[in-house]
This record gives sequence, structure tokens and C-alpha cells, in this order.
Amino acid sequence: MEARKTMQEKIVVKDLYKIFGPKPDVAMQMLRSGKDKDDIVRQTGMVVGVQNASFHINAGEIFVIMGLSGSGKSTLIRLLNRLIEPSSGQVLVDGQDVASMDPKQLIELRRRDMAMVFQSFALLPHLTVLANAAFGLEVSGVPRKEREARAMKVLEQVGLAAFANRYPRELSGGMQQRAGLARALVVNPSLMLMDEAFSALDPLKRTEMQGLLLDLQRDHKRTIIFVSHDLDEACRIGDRIAIMEGGRIVQIGTPDDIIRNPVDDYVRAFFNGVDVNKYLSAKDVADVDAVPVFFAQSDFRDGFHAVIERLRAARRNYGFVLDSDRKLVGTVSIDSMIRSLESGSRELSYALLGDLPPVNGDLNLSDLICRIVKMPYPLPVVEPQGHYIGAVTQTILLKKMAKEELTHA
Amino acid sequence: MRDFLPLGEWAEKIVNFIVKNDHGVLAGLGDVVGQMTELTEGFLHLIPDWLLASVFVALGFWRIGWKFAVVAAGALLVIIGTGFWQATMATLALIISSTLISLLVGIPLGIAAALNRRVNYLLRPVLDFMQTMPAFVYLIPAAMLFGLGRVPAVLATVIFAMPPVVRLTALGIRQVNKEQVEAGITFGCTPLQVLLKIQIPGALPSIMAGVNQTIMMALSMVIIASMVGGGGLGNNVLASIQRLDIGLGFESGLAVVLLAIILDRLTESFGVPKEERIARRKNQGQGA
Repeated sequence: MEARKTMQEKIVVKDLYKIFGPKPDVAMQMLRSGKDKDDIVRQTGMVVGVQNASFHINAGEIFVIMGLSGSGKSTLIRLLNRLIEPSSGQVLVDGQDVASMDPKQLIELRRRDMAMVFQSFALLPHLTVLANAAFGLEVSGVPRKEREARAMKVLEQVGLAAFANRYPRELSGGMQQRAGLARALVVNPSLMLMDEAFSALDPLKRTEMQGLLLDLQRDHKRTIIFVSHDLDEACRIGDRIAIMEGGRIVQIGTPDDIIRNPVDDYVRAFFNGVDVNKYLSAKDVADVDAVPVFFAQSDFRDGFHAVIERLRAARRNYGFVLDSDRKLVGTVSIDSMIRSLESGSRELSYALLGDLPPVNGDLNLSDLICRIVKMPYPLPVVEPQGHYIGAVTQTILLKKMAKEELTHA
Repeated sequence: MRDFLPLGEWAEKIVNFIVKNDHGVLAGLGDVVGQMTELTEGFLHLIPDWLLASVFVALGFWRIGWKFAVVAAGALLVIIGTGFWQATMATLALIISSTLISLLVGIPLGIAAALNRRVNYLLRPVLDFMQTMPAFVYLIPAAMLFGLGRVPAVLATVIFAMPPVVRLTALGIRQVNKEQVEAGITFGCTPLQVLLKIQIPGALPSIMAGVNQTIMMALSMVIIASMVGGGGLGNNVLASIQRLDIGLGFESGLAVVLLAIILDRLTESFGVPKEERIARRKNQGQGA
């Protein structure tokens, strides 16, 4: 993500603070003089909601804000569209400072380019699903026929067309949130704010909605800011994740970055109890040196003897065969080569072990485990195009997992 | 011993001052209220008793169900049969005009109290005062300011009956789901749009409960207001007390009760969401 410099910054947040209380200036002064959040609550009763947040969000990415309850994530997302007034700092959306807009500009921006999806769905109970979906357009004065036609199209997209004339209370939670999502999509915003949007759903429905969101994102890239306390969710949908603690952003990075290099114990604690294996894939565990590799053209030119000798010297039973592009050809073992020698064949293809399909580098660890327990041989790991990455064996896998456990314990 | 705090004297002086210096404002207000009540009463009297009674029964069937329609038909027959129809309609006219005024003033006040903390702080003690001051007490200044008749009756009733709708409107609006309000703001609603499209519809059941309470309070107050010449059933009740006429007291009292039951159930049904009403109706059907 970071590497692609062409990426446009959709939102830039600079030195953003939110203090809840009658005299934010006093609290700001105290923060500047080095007092922390707890001191301020104790001395003044004022609560620091967000402090010193500075970050950017790229156009078209899903940016997840994560944290425990009370960490300020819901406050932060509401500062972005000014549902909550910032105490100081800037929120630049496409270069315009939301924090200093007058009410008219703000309403204009919200109607045109921003939408929000809420944890409690926040559908209006007295309106039908169709009218709810069309709400954003109704507010900005789009005629009924047009807005209902547009809303209907989006309801089809989210699979709710058949329920257009029902009332929200007649729908299940998952369907209500589809309607909530539709309401946001109908105004065709370039920016969507989603506050714990799927947290109220059961795990199955949650996964389904995440899938729907990713599908929609594939069709039409929007900038999505997604607040969540669910790490699985954050890793699944997030291009980048910001982790918040006590009103402060403690780390921002891709899911991989954060899992691999947690910046402190708080971030590390997030992953306690989380199945790290889910976020590691075969290519992360593959070991290049574990199994000797041979090249089909050069190493087998003189038959199997040279290869058998080299395997014996290395005290290995198995070797992988690659072509000149380092693409995997297959696996050989000392036994398989001796057998083909005994049967009088000098063809490499006779010595290749059948039934040993390579592992895709993106295979996640839990699936990899399933394959490897049944497998006495080392498995080759390849990139999608077939290029060799390394080998996994049961031992390599166990060692790697033990190491991950240690870093996150 | 002389009271060191002659509040009563001051109150009297204030009322007297207003009477002397109102420059026709009170008279104008009184005219409007009087006209309104008279027109309503005239209209109710214009319709034949059987037709109006049928309308009530039909409303009861539509909003609640056939069981209530039967109860309403019985109640109205009792009122007509005991000869209290005219008096009951006069009372209903008083209730209608005082309730209308109460809602016209009370709902906006409730909205203001919900949206503005300062208004709320100012309003609360005033509402407490209006509700707890013995109802009779309003009749004195009302009669002094507006003379005897329907006008002071209606206005004293307004004061007594308004607090519930103010309180329940404010409560309803404050209790609207916070994220629904946020959703409105997020999609670019102006504050007025938030109020009209989200807060008031969301508060409607509570507001309707307030309307119902206000009507019931108005009913009890217009009976008392017969003391300043409000007329209607109150006159009969008052006469029965003065003459210790048990029969008249029972019949007129019963008419009040029956009117109360019909008004209560009918107005309550307007505060219940449609689906719930249908569900209740189904249950009733199964019960039968």
C-alpha cells in the first residue's frame, strides 16, 4: 500500500483532538503541558475522547479503526463527518477542512459525498425499506420517482428488492443492515463511514456481510472507514488498520504489519486469543533450505546417480525438481530414483512422485495443517504462477507456530 | 398576627392589574376561544344523535375491534336513553376546544423543551405548578379575567390539561434512538428536517400518549369548570351535589364515565403502531 506513491489521499487528519467537557481549552493546555488523560479527568472532570490523531486515508481503501470500547474509535469516526465537533485540529476531505466548514457547506458535503452505516442499523421505523434506502436522496430534494428508482437499483444490489415495501421491524438483523448499507450506497458517496456496522449481527451473518462489502468494493472502489473491535473482521476487510488506545492512535499498518510487528504490549494483547494461524499463510512458513532443489535440465543430465549421491551427502530423502524458470516440476526421493533405475528407466518423469500437488503460497495455515498431517513428505510451496518458494514439513510448521506463539504471548 | 409574606395579595393585585390594563387583548382571546367552542358545540348538536353515535361505534370498530364497538354502542345508548346526550355533547365540545388549544401550545413547548436544555429547566417547575395546583384555584382568576361562561372554563382546562402533552412530547423526542438522529444528520438533514422526518415521527407514540392524557385531564377539568358556567354534564353534576339528588348524580356521573371510556380507548388506539394494532385485533379474533 505505502509503496504505491500514485495513491491519492482521500482524507488527511492533522492534530485532531476531542475533549468532552465545558472548557476544552483548559484540557488542551493541560495536555500540552504533558498531563495525561487520567490526570485531566481527575482534576477537571473533562474526558479526552481523541488526542493528537494524525493520519491519512487513501482513496479507495478500507481503513479499519480498531480498539476496545472507550478507546475513542467511535468518537474518531464521528469527528470525520462532524457528528461530533472537533476541539482542535483539521480533517481534510479531498483537501477541504471539514472542521472549519459552515453549516451549509457541511450539509452540502454530507448530502453529496459521505454516508454512514450504524451499529444499530438506525433505520427509520415509520418508513418502508424502499423509503429508508431513498432517505439520503429525499433529504436533498430528489423527486420521489427518481429517488425510488435509484433506491430500488441498490436494493437489488444488496439482495433486498423483494422486501422493498416491508418495514424495518419485519426484517432480520442481517437484512436490516443490508438496508442500512443500501441507504448509504444510494447517494453514491465516495466516502463511507461504517461504525461497528456488522457488530450487532451473529458471526455467520457478519461474515456474509463482510463478503458483500468486499464484493461491492470490487465493483466500485470507495473509501471506507470501518470501526470495529473484531480483529478477524479488521484483517479480513481492512487494507490498513489503525489501532486506538485511550483516545490515541498507537499503530497504523496493514494487517500483516501489525500482526508481525506489534508496536507495544497493548497491540500485542489484541492478538491474544486470536488465532494467529489465520493470518499466516503457507508462504510465511515455507523454508527455502529445508529440501535440496535440483534443476531438471542441468542436474539430471547425467542420470539419477549424481542426484542420489548429493541427497545422501545432505542426509535427505527428498528433493524438489525445478525447471530453468524455477517453476516446480515435481518431487523425487532416493527410493523413487533407485526404483526407476532398477526398472531400467532413465527418464526423470518415472522418478517423480505422483500424488504430491504443491501447496499454494496463499493457503492459510489451518488448511495447510490439514494437508500436512496426512503427509510424511515435505511439501513444496509455490507462488500462484508455479514458482518455487520453499518447503514445509510438519517439523517446520510446528517450529514456526511455536515461534509465533512466543512473539504474541 | 399578620402574614409577613402576603403572596395572595400580590397575586390578587397582579390579576386586578391585568384586568384593568389589558387593552382588549383578553377580550379578543376570549372571543376566539368562545367562538371556537360555540362552533364545535353547534356542529355536534347539528348532527342527529344516532348518526354521531354510529360514527363513534364505527371508529371503535375500525381502530380497536368489534368487542369495543359493542361496548361503545351500549355506552352511547345509555347516554341517549338517560337523556344526557345534549349535555354530553356540550361537554365534548369543551373538551375538543380545550384539547386543541392545549396541543397547539403544548406540542411546540414539548419540542422546545426536548431540544433546548434551558427551556426545559424553565418549563419544568411551571409544569409542576400547573399540574399540582388544585384545579379549582384556576377558576378564580379565569373567571375574573374572562367573565363567566365557556371561555374561562376552556382556558382553566387548558392550563390544567396541557402538562402531560408537553412532558410526553419532550420525553418522546429525547428518547428517539440517537443513531437514527445521527443517521439523519449524516445524510445531510437540516435541523428542521431532523425534527420533521426523524424526531417527531419517532416520538409519535409518546406524543399520542400525551394527547390521550391531556384529553382525560380535560374531561375531568371541564366537569369542575361548570362552577364558572362551563355548562354540559358538569352542570348536572353540580346541580346533583347542590340538591343532593342521588339519581341525577348517578346518571350524569355515569355519562361522564362512559364518555371517558370511549375517548380514552379511541385516542389511545391512535398511539399504537399499526402492526401492533393488527396483532391485537387477531388475538381478539382468536379469543372470540
